[in-house]
Amino acid sequence: MAAEGTGHHGPMEQFEIKKIVDLDLFGHDISFTNSSLMMVLAFAIVVGYLLYAMRGRSLVPTRIQSTAELTYEYIAGMVKENIGEEGMKFFPWVFTIFIFILVLNIFGLIPGNFAATSHIIVTFALAAMVWLVATFVGFWKHGVGYLRLFAPAGVPLWLMPIIIPIELTSYLIRPISHSVRLFANIMAGHTMLEVFAGFAVLLPWWGKIAPTGFMVAFTGLELLVAFLQAFIFTVLTCIYLNDAVNMHH
Amino acid sequence: MLAGTTMLFAVAAEAAEEAAKSGGLPQLNPHTFETQLFWLVVTFLALFFVMSKIALPRVGEVIEERRDRIKRDLDAAARLKDETDKALADYEKALADARANASGIAKNTREKLATETEAERHRVDEQIAGKLREADTRIAATKSKALSAIGDIATDTTRAVVEKLIGQDVPAEDVKKVLRPVAGS
Repeated sequence: MAAEGTGHHGPMEQFEIKKIVDLDLFGHDISFTNSSLMMVLAFAIVVGYLLYAMRGRSLVPTRIQSTAELTYEYIAGMVKENIGEEGMKFFPWVFTIFIFILVLNIFGLIPGNFAATSHIIVTFALAAMVWLVATFVGFWKHGVGYLRLFAPAGVPLWLMPIIIPIELTSYLIRPISHSVRLFANIMAGHTMLEVFAGFAVLLPWWGKIAPTGFMVAFTGLELLVAFLQAFIFTVLTCIYLNDAVNMHH
Repeated sequence: MLAGTTMLFAVAAEAAEEAAKSGGLPQLNPHTFETQLFWLVVTFLALFFVMSKIALPRVGEVIEERRDRIKRDLDAAARLKDETDKALADYEKALADARANASGIAKNTREKLATETEAERHRVDEQIAGKLREADTRIAATKSKALSAIGDIATDTTRAVVEKLIGQDVPAEDVKKVLRPVAGS
């Protein structure tokens, strides 16, 4: 993110994927990049944090154990509230989605780090996975009856020719809206920070105050956005799963 | 919020345009997709595996155990409370019994003492009455003895008086005969 080297430094340069180690797998480029580094670090931090927090497994939790339990109960509550007890089968998966996105979002905010969730391909892959799993669960549980999701009960018959295409389109477009929301929020926030950082660097001393203050405040807001977007992504995952499991509309 | 988001998008779009001049948005460079997808899949699956097999069961176990423990403790507390209530009821019953017992004993004692006192009083009364009767007979006997002695004295006195007067001894029988009407008894 920080401007280094020579040449042009636009606010979009922070999103550049930079190779750290060149790797190749059967002709496919799987180089270890700044994005990969963030993902591996996120994995290590989450695993390390949870295992460290739960090392005592005490009945009366330590402070760090409480935070781990709170996160657990928070996501478990979200799953139960949206899908019901049956949804707890999906709890580890939903939890992984939440904690992974949350840590990647917050990681990206540390100056010099890279925000892996600012890339559409990453968020789209996650959203596509959610969509595929939900669709698979829906057909596996309800068979062809899952198609009734597109013809909600209680809608007059003459409305069906309009309702069905609308419902179908909104269902098919889910992975796009789901992924763009996360990617666009993270990218916009980071661009904004970079633009104002650019002002703070370029302007004379009296001009640096306003953009610097703005950046401080905006970093706080971005911290909120980092959490909120992970939360929204997870809630939507639960809602899509609920459609698949319970077919409530 | 909406206005803020719109502004963000505007800034982002502007920046993207600027970036487009210098070779396009990094996000839209398909050459980086393979490596990103590969590492995403690897790290996500690894995280999912560790979460579902190790980390989350641990957290769940602890929470479950705590819930069980609290439930057990609450149950034990309820059981102890029941026992306490029972002990208290027993104690109160024992207390009431003892109180009833004590008042019974007191009543009995009072009654026994009352009858004893009554009997004693009766006995003393009898005794006094006996003594009174005895005294009465003794007084009566003394009185009659005294009265009969008075007759003899009167006779002797009369014989002496008569002898002095006439110089002749009068037999006691004759004096007694004469004095009987005077004595009146």
